[in-house]
Amino acid sequence: MSGPTPSLLEIEDLAVGFDTEAGLLRAVDRVSLEIAPGETLGLVGESGCGKSVTAASVLRLVPIPPGQILHGKIRLAGRGDLLGLAPADLGAVRGQEIAMIFQDPMTSLNPVFTVEKQLLEVLRLRFGMGRQSARVRSIEMLRTVGIPDPDARLAAYPHELSGGMKQRVMIAMALLSEPRLLIADEPTTALDVTIQAQILQLIRELQQRTGAAVLFITHDMGVVAEMCDRVAVMYAGRIVERGDAVGLFTRPRHPYTVGLLRSVPREGTARKSELPVIEGAVPSPFASPVGCRFAPRCWKRMTLGDAEQVRCHEEDPALERKADGGVAACHFPVTDDER
Amino acid sequence: MKANADGPLIDVRELKKYYPLRGGIFGKKIGDVRAVDGVSFAVRAGETLGLVGESGCGKSTLGRTVMRLEEPTDGRILFEGVDLTDVAGAELFPLRRDVQMIFQDPYSSLNPRMTVGEIVREPLIVHRVGGRDEQMEKVRALLDTVGLGDETLERYPHEFSGGQRQRIGLARALALDPKLVIADEPVSALDVSVQSQVLNLMGRLQQEHGLTYLFISHDLSVVRHVSDTVAIMYLGRIVEKGPTERVFARTGHPYTRALLDAVPLPDPRRRRAAAPVKGESPSAVSPPPGCSFHPRCPFAVEACTQIVPPLEQFEQVGHISACLRKEEIKEQLGHGAVTGVQPAG
Ligand SMILES: Nc1ncnc2c1ncn2[C@@H]1O[C@H](COP(=O)(O)OP(=O)(O)OP(=O)(O)O)[C@@H](O)[C@H]1O
Ligand code: SF4
Ligand SMILES: [Mg+2]
Repeated sequence: MSGPTPSLLEIEDLAVGFDTEAGLLRAVDRVSLEIAPGETLGLVGESGCGKSVTAASVLRLVPIPPGQILHGKIRLAGRGDLLGLAPADLGAVRGQEIAMIFQDPMTSLNPVFTVEKQLLEVLRLRFGMGRQSARVRSIEMLRTVGIPDPDARLAAYPHELSGGMKQRVMIAMALLSEPRLLIADEPTTALDVTIQAQILQLIRELQQRTGAAVLFITHDMGVVAEMCDRVAVMYAGRIVERGDAVGLFTRPRHPYTVGLLRSVPREGTARKSELPVIEGAVPSPFASPVGCRFAPRCWKRMTLGDAEQVRCHEEDPALERKADGGVAACHFPVTDDER
Repeated sequence: MKANADGPLIDVRELKKYYPLRGGIFGKKIGDVRAVDGVSFAVRAGETLGLVGESGCGKSTLGRTVMRLEEPTDGRILFEGVDLTDVAGAELFPLRRDVQMIFQDPYSSLNPRMTVGEIVREPLIVHRVGGRDEQMEKVRALLDTVGLGDETLERYPHEFSGGQRQRIGLARALALDPKLVIADEPVSALDVSVQSQVLNLMGRLQQEHGLTYLFISHDLSVVRHVSDTVAIMYLGRIVEKGPTERVFARTGHPYTRALLDAVPLPDPRRRRAAAPVKGESPSAVSPPPGCSFHPRCPFAVEACTQIVPPLEQFEQVGHISACLRKEEIKEQLGHGAVTGVQPAG
């Protein structure tokens, strides 16, 4: 891509917390993101790092309480700050301008309505489409997402469908609305690889046809490589690295990104060899380290001198552009000869 | 009791596990779910057989049947050359020591009301191995082996992360010094950085204790990493089996090819070009006639809809495939559908 395209979605300095028995949990902190039309941004990181909370904030789906938006803005082009939108306008944005697909299809499907009723409703709201043409269009889309005998399936209730089928119906529903932004939160994690490949293909086709922007959340680096133009890596509620996909995979700057990429066995990895690991576990959100949140597990820090290590432990690194062009939150970004 | 020292540790022959399918108002048996439908394999001591396939293909049922948590419908299971198929009840007791299982879900496979110490010690009590002190010593040693300290003894499973719980499961599985460990999706529920910790641990345990693994997984890159031999299952049957490197380099079955092509590579410069294989796995209740993969197979011809392809040698002794057209299409099967380097940005 040449030259900056105006963003469709801009998340600026978002912080989201949850009230818990143990106090306020800062699930997401200082998160800023931008997505341009036609672009796919991957949001990756380990379980609990805040990917879903970030995505849910865009549609104001974070339950409040216990949740609260502590800080930040979420701007959608033409709509302004979504966090300040009136409920009626928010309803129009959801499911029309922005559609969301989840790992669990029952998050979007209504168990008491037939597939037909749910699909037709989307088309009526979004395009004011009449019953007959909406029906034809729905059948077409069900066929496109690989549902055999779509005519008959229209009458089905969600519980009458297999898991894979429900997933496809939810995706059909999202695609039918031709959203400007599609948020996909681990949409294929529960599916078999051959079905996953089909769904990923569908999302790409939609994007090519309509120019939608996609926010793709996953913990699978393979899926990221396959789908995304740009990637943001999250760790313990923060974005720790950001960049275009090729750059991020070939020249990761943050020690955590390097660790994530190394720990998956790949083609060149010798069979039965010891895999590189990131020692330890993600810090508890209530006991975040003061300095760099990754410091307790960081392999790079362990190679540094004492004075430098003190900096890792005491000074929280900001997400910033480094001399070599990468954007990472690390005082001592990984260099070419360390990778 | 070893019948043949050089033979395989476990030898499974034509194993079948059917579940009755009931229907109608009287719940009469109206058919069979053929979860495992004539599966044969053997694993030598100290080696790992990786069993791959998609959800519902029968991998877990196969593991559970070998473990004798399920009664086989037909076929034989030989352990160290001894036929265990008709052994039942108390006579199974020795098998229960030698064969252990670890499960996918570290959250539900551990009793939440028992402490870690009790969980790991329980098999020793059941099998009356040593006295209390001996047992406690063994428990500490086991926890140490899997990288957990003594301070975990009095704590409960919910206090641990997924990776730590999988370690607890491993410690328990190792308590009786088993020979065979059946691992059913042992790392699928874990984050990648934790996955590699557990895989390394399993590898180390294999080396140190000469363990034999039946490693069940849907994740091809993980299976490729840990297995000496891989078997690919589709709808209750093995469709391809062979030495790991061979199967990945000289693939002999269109389903294996489809699986390999469907795995996204962690490299944005090499994206898939081919359209993904169509359709969903058909059900084990009414498998398609002929080759059960034929409705989804890009190479299917008329004959595939009629003839059940036998598992036959493909190119090399020890590599077998159940595809009628394997010889004709082997050049296409050998190459992935990955594109070359794409322009960056
Ligand atoms: N409703 C809630 N109440 C309290 N805490 C919550 C709630 N929802 C999320 N959290 C907490 O916020 C943090 C971030 O959670 P989030 O679901 O965004 O993680 P994630 O990156 O999507 O993880 P995964 O990969 O497991 O889906 C976690 O510590 C989680 O426990
Ligand atoms: S700031 Fe220090 S501890 Fe943090 S990632 Fe960089 S080197 Fe590691
Ligand atoms: Mg999530």
